[in-house]
Amino acid sequence: MGEVINLKKDSILKYVLQLADNAMILGQRLAETCGHGPILEQDIAITNISLDLIGEARVLYQYAAEIEGNGKTEDDYPYKRDVRDWQNILLVEQPNGHFGHIIMRQFMFDCYHFYHLKTMINSSDERLAQIAAKTIKEATYHLRYSSEWVIRLGDGTEESHDKMQEALDDRIRFFDEAFIPSKIEMDQSLTGIAVDCTEIRESAWAKFSEVCKTANLEVPEVKFPQKGGKDGLHSEHFGFLLSELQFIQKSYPNSNW
Amino acid sequence: MVIDKLHIESVLQSVTDPEIPVLTIQDLGIYQGFKADGKKITVLITPTYTGCPAMDMISVNVKSAMEEAGYNDVDVKLILSPVWTTDMISEEGHRKLKEYGIAPPVEKTSDKSYMSGEEKIVPCPQCESKNTQVVSQFGSTACKALYKCNDCLEPFDYFKCY
Repeated sequence: MGEVINLKKDSILKYVLQLADNAMILGQRLAETCGHGPILEQDIAITNISLDLIGEARVLYQYAAEIEGNGKTEDDYPYKRDVRDWQNILLVEQPNGHFGHIIMRQFMFDCYHFYHLKTMINSSDERLAQIAAKTIKEATYHLRYSSEWVIRLGDGTEESHDKMQEALDDRIRFFDEAFIPSKIEMDQSLTGIAVDCTEIRESAWAKFSEVCKTANLEVPEVKFPQKGGKDGLHSEHFGFLLSELQFIQKSYPNSNW
Repeated sequence: MVIDKLHIESVLQSVTDPEIPVLTIQDLGIYQGFKADGKKITVLITPTYTGCPAMDMISVNVKSAMEEAGYNDVDVKLILSPVWTTDMISEEGHRKLKEYGIAPPVEKTSDKSYMSGEEKIVPCPQCESKNTQVVSQFGSTACKALYKCNDCLEPFDYFKCY
């Protein structure tokens, strides 16, 4: 019996880390743009979204640390794990590129994130349900913001339209990974706790297609969605991202504020 | 030190928000009471925005206010339930915000219309004009948006419905 409980504990831990890693890495990517936004208001908007996502990552890492015990803290996960231990989807680690790329990546993530949280509110794990009820308010605002920008730029000038279309063509292959279940998401012991990501795919895609249509953007067909991030197989950009994120901890181990 | 509930309440109610110093944590609605266990006191706070950096500062301020009042064994616990909403800001809080130059949230969040994406009429906290426009959905802190008054031409912060 003790072993069964431990197995379940390991599964929840892995699942919580997967969710935290998505929020953390996108938060980090957006934080990289601080001071580089096209105009001041949008610079502030993007870094505010970053702050929300890092806040979400923190409450999830805190939960993970409690599950794991052994004196772990929320900081151990972002600062002391190497590439293969991270379970975030490939979409969130893609480089920033131009503002259109940033907005398109954000919009894709928001479409997934919003419907994911909407379902997670009903999780039988009380803590995850509470975290979802809290963070969906922020995710709702993000989705509204990124949708508006996709429409404004897609349906804007010829140049802004072309740049958004290019961003869409480039990023679309990373959209579906969020809805392809990983081993941990299919774990029987997490039924009722974890969100069935295949079930939210339809709603997320409906929102995505509707906004792209309004923005006069053509959604290309994807024959081979890129995946692997959930299993720790990351793109070539990820090591560089981590080296910046973890620089202080690696140079001055166990340093504190 | 003997636990004096009324005294503790009055100490805790005096702690202010570091980013909006006119509001106490009571006005803001994030103070959720305390628990006393022997000499140990646990203060419960429900955060505004998940990533709000003021939360760490508020925890420190709560502890030092309690220490000054003579309570040394104090813990601050962030709780996620009840989920904080702008409805929890008191009437007093609304008045103080406006006086401070920040437009208070204009509607109850329970009607969910804040999710529909329609822009709301936010009266200017300086001249009361309703002829205002949103400059940016995100403002100087996570909880605010940036507006501009078309009559007195002053830019102002708006405390977003949440």
